[in-house]
Amino acid sequence: MPDGTTPVLDVQDLKTVFRTRGGEVHAVNDVSFSLRKGELLGVVGESGSGKSVTMMSLLGLLPVPPAEIRGGRVMFDGQDLLQIPAKTLREVRGGKIGFVFQDPMTSLNPVFTVGYQIAEPLRKHMGLSKKAAAVRSRELLELVGIPDAEQRLLDYPHQFSGGMRQRVMIAIALACDPQVLIADEPTTALDVTIQAQILELMKELRDKLGMAVIWITHDLGVIAGIADRVMVMYGGQVVEHAPVHDLFSNPKHPYTTALLKTIPSIAGERAARLTVIDGQPPLVVGPPTACPFRDRCAQAMPVCATKVPSRYDVGDGHDAACFLVDPLEVAHAG
Amino acid sequence: MLTFTIRRLLLSIPTLLFIAFVIFMLLELAPGDPMAQMPLTIPPEVKEKMRLALGLGEPWWVRFPLWLKQFFIVEPQYWIDSAFGTNFADGAQRIISFQSRSPVFDTIAQRMPQTLWVVGMSYVVGVLIALPIGIISAYRQYSVFDQTGTFVSMIGFSVPPFFSGVLLIVIFSVQLKWLPSIYDTTHVVNSWDSFVVQLRQMIMPVMVLALQTTAQVSRYMRASMLDNLTQDYVRTARAKGMSESVVVMKHVLRNSMIPVITVIALGIPAIFGGAIITEQIFKVNGLGQLLIIALQGNDIPMVMTITFLLAVLIVMMNLIADVLYGILDPRIRYD
Ligand SMILES: Nc1ncnc2c1ncn2[C@@H]1O[C@H](COP(=O)(O)OP(=O)(O)O)[C@@H](O)[C@H]1O
Ligand SMILES: [Mg+2]
Repeated sequence: MPDGTTPVLDVQDLKTVFRTRGGEVHAVNDVSFSLRKGELLGVVGESGSGKSVTMMSLLGLLPVPPAEIRGGRVMFDGQDLLQIPAKTLREVRGGKIGFVFQDPMTSLNPVFTVGYQIAEPLRKHMGLSKKAAAVRSRELLELVGIPDAEQRLLDYPHQFSGGMRQRVMIAIALACDPQVLIADEPTTALDVTIQAQILELMKELRDKLGMAVIWITHDLGVIAGIADRVMVMYGGQVVEHAPVHDLFSNPKHPYTTALLKTIPSIAGERAARLTVIDGQPPLVVGPPTACPFRDRCAQAMPVCATKVPSRYDVGDGHDAACFLVDPLEVAHAG
Repeated sequence: MLTFTIRRLLLSIPTLLFIAFVIFMLLELAPGDPMAQMPLTIPPEVKEKMRLALGLGEPWWVRFPLWLKQFFIVEPQYWIDSAFGTNFADGAQRIISFQSRSPVFDTIAQRMPQTLWVVGMSYVVGVLIALPIGIISAYRQYSVFDQTGTFVSMIGFSVPPFFSGVLLIVIFSVQLKWLPSIYDTTHVVNSWDSFVVQLRQMIMPVMVLALQTTAQVSRYMRASMLDNLTQDYVRTARAKGMSESVVVMKHVLRNSMIPVITVIALGIPAIFGGAIITEQIFKVNGLGQLLIIALQGNDIPMVMTITFLLAVLIVMMNLIADVLYGILDPRIRYD
């Protein structure tokens, strides 16, 4: 439930590259977005479009070589997360910004009990005693709907199912009452019924705790039900950004239009869905010089190969990085 | 876990019996005569009597069970007797060396401390050096430190102790005259000065053996750390705001130690094997030297007993490695 306009997180012109043997992979190119208090921002795009790298860049979670953050600003709590010292950044991680990763099977440490792993951030960020941390850990497990919480704190990750492990991950991310929760495809690795449960849980928790959420997915269908605003990414760039209803009813970017056509009518059609857009997402070696989507775009024009489209405003907090909506190009054509 | 340990212990009994049999038959079939070193002036009839006195007149199917009985029943009885003043053994025949005519285990008990000091110390030193090297090498992969470590362990792997040992003696004893070249086993440590002397004579043999251990264990540690540093749970720990020292020394290390502990346990018998050569070079009169002398003199009971003890050590360390694995890794449940 967005309350007005105060952004808790404001990202400007973020650029991240990977130095690899085959050259510099420009995984994130001038990405800008902001997140308002209590809002749920959906981030969609095929796999490889730079969603995870963008979010991990915010918190400095990428391995530093090969990754390198080339530029940008990440304003949070009055400071630029890209500039603050490592120690201050660690207080933000897990304390003020929680992170849930894609694969719950590998994201928990196999040799520590679940109770220990939940208590760790509690003790570090909130300075709780062992006892107090145990009490709070139990509450958290109950909050994310794990039955028999007291007992399960003593179990190891392998004793939990995938869905239960993802609940544990969510409990860890929520442990210190973060202002922002970043969920990177938290349901992708789970089967459909469990996906729905986790989704339901997240909706409920957001209403209860009132934090802002960034929800990453490659599935527009998931986004429709929960997001306030949606940001579509492709080739390391934001290609379209709009309030959720606007995006679904009035997509401006051909990529978004194509994505919308791929939403399955029933959940069972997953396999078919992934092949609907012809062609492969680009591997961006070197800085982008043209529209990344032009090779797969049915409406490509000569101008698309000559420069990178900027994000053109199309009204009501809706913008798209496509020459089809560039006022100049439109004027030319008309 | 307990049932697993007990089951494995029981299983190791037939394994060890089989190993004992193989060693026995190998020694039985090997050429060589315990009488070969007797002076030629001894007449053949006397030699034959001596042979009978050593028990060599009996066929192997009598002597093998006898050895088993002596090893597993009579010898433990003697230890209990000497410890508690009881009389279980009741004068039964112990395993007797052909060469010294004294009980094999008495000699082994005399030689054991030297070997344990040198071998045990070198292993502990080697492992203690190896672990931090492995951790830092992995955390700073491809750094100068890592490259140096790779180079040094390559040397440790490829240079045999009989070469590195002699090299050290030439440099530090012959040329620089810093350290004694011969290990004085009669030396008694009872003061600070004598302790220093003991340290000085231990340095070279310990270093030679430790180099091998360090080379091996640090490589395993590095590989295991590298495996774990790229795991997803490490990213989770960082995303929770844990400091680098907690991430590396707690989350990663705890996982990386699991296979390394196994390697360390399994390496213990191997280092005893390596000691055989190192003891020869530095004239440490430990078990290794005892074995070599026994081999040269065709002292079958001695060779049989030492070799079998080594086999017991290998089997036990395997068992311990498996049990430790189960204790350290909660995903493994044996029962
Ligand atoms: N460690 C890495 N080294 C080189 N390239 C990488 C690395 N990690 C990610 N990339 C590249 O960054 C791009 C974006 O990846 P990612 O953000 O994971 O996509 P997704 O949108 O599926 O989350 C991909 O093209 C990928 O090849
Ligand atoms: Mg991803």
